[in-house]
Amino acid sequence: MTVASSLAGPVSGLRPDARPDARPDAWTVARTVVDPELPVLTLADLGVLRDVRVDGDRVTVTITPTYSGCPAMATMRDDLVGSLRGAGYDDVEVKVSLSPAWSTDWISEHGLEQLRAHGLSAPGPVEPRSGPVPLTLVPVRRQVRCPRCDSVDVDLTSEFGATACKALYRCASCLEPFEHVKEI
Amino acid sequence: MPDHENAYAGLLGDDGSDGGESQWAFGTSLDLPTEDPLAGVDATVPEGADAAALAAYCLMLGDDALVYAHRLSEWTSNAPDLEEDIALANIALDLLGQARLLLSRAAAADPSVVPVLPPGSPVPPEDALAFFRDEAAFRNVRFVEPPSLTDGGDFAVTMVRLLVFSSCRLALMERLTASRDAVLAAVAAKAVKELTYHRDHAGRWVLTLARGTDESRSRLLAALALVWPLHDEMFRTHPVERLVAEQGLGVDPAGLEAEVGVVLDQVLSVSGVDRPQVPQSGPVAGGAGRHGRHTEAMGRLLAEMQVVARAHPSGRW
Repeated sequence: MTVASSLAGPVSGLRPDARPDARPDAWTVARTVVDPELPVLTLADLGVLRDVRVDGDRVTVTITPTYSGCPAMATMRDDLVGSLRGAGYDDVEVKVSLSPAWSTDWISEHGLEQLRAHGLSAPGPVEPRSGPVPLTLVPVRRQVRCPRCDSVDVDLTSEFGATACKALYRCASCLEPFEHVKEI
Repeated sequence: MPDHENAYAGLLGDDGSDGGESQWAFGTSLDLPTEDPLAGVDATVPEGADAAALAAYCLMLGDDALVYAHRLSEWTSNAPDLEEDIALANIALDLLGQARLLLSRAAAADPSVVPVLPPGSPVPPEDALAFFRDEAAFRNVRFVEPPSLTDGGDFAVTMVRLLVFSSCRLALMERLTASRDAVLAAVAAKAVKELTYHRDHAGRWVLTLARGTDESRSRLLAALALVWPLHDEMFRTHPVERLVAEQGLGVDPAGLEAEVGVVLDQVLSVSGVDRPQVPQSGPVAGGAGRHGRHTEAMGRLLAEMQVVARAHPSGRW
């Protein structure tokens, strides 16, 4: 069996577990649970849902935090347990996987489309790095377009936003502020 | 099926009716145990590792993050503008998350470090460590203790301290990703990503203040002189740090000084300011923060941070 922590990319598209009963497949149930802070994304689209496995009556779900201080981990766990119980799985355990660390590269194509469709700027690919982390004293350069008017004439307001995963931008063309899910 | 268009749908019951049980905040009525940030994580102590030293080391790194997160969060609603309020709160939250993982790892490695609470208390180990230890049991460096807003606190002071702290911690965490302890290595790998943003943020502010107005520059110079005397402590190796470094679990901070110095000199150089020539504060009676000897500010900080938890040792949050 594959160990959850060894997965290195998005897990969407995994096979449903064979099931002898009438309950909906556990993976299908788990993948509908949405992120509490970005409810336009499912945990599966976000890349936070790492594994779902059924062993007899027991379902073990593995999730990984986006940031160390993600305050939504308890809610994610409760939502997963609640949804699976609602589907007839009474014995549900939610485990945490810390390694490898979550990356915005794990957000699925569908997830990126959902972000754009809801007025957020989606993250670009994470720059590969080798050696020490370089200090960057000039504003980060990203290929960011205004999600409202598609202009490239945008200004970074702050590298930190309303949740740990977002930066704040302003469009210089339509003057609207918007949020960018920052690469990590 | 969840309604992806409606962020509030999940606040209702499974059938969409609230049945009088609506939840207007995070949390559910599922009666599950308190969330454990290491739930299901293999916390086995590596072969040949000294579990007590590993736990003590995790407390050092965890306490640095916990105490500094508390200080940074003092800026919430007090920063120069709303964006900075949010930035500092985000940085504090990242550090608080690191602290939770590290304190939990300490408790898992050596349960004897966790204060004993009344029988039946629901307080998880990470909270017992944060809220029920006395000052002398904290192992953070004194560098993170000064208040943000009082005693001459200034935005420039916070930015200089954040630059020094995040530069040191980033260098440390980069090396800690190679720890033989899989939990520490994983915590470090995530921390590196977060601290990269913290250090850049502080570096840009130091540059901005130095190259800004006469007023901002003079405040920055005053801040450098104020912050510098305690930064040396972060590179003085405690016997526990030496031991865990020898066992391949931790990092000897003395080995970080040159590397961190290059980063700090880079920021100071583009900012057109000199590295402060001020004496280091030095240890007190042979010890410093890593030995449990703290500055006067620490007692007040803990009083504020711990008072509610200590008043309700059997409380559920």
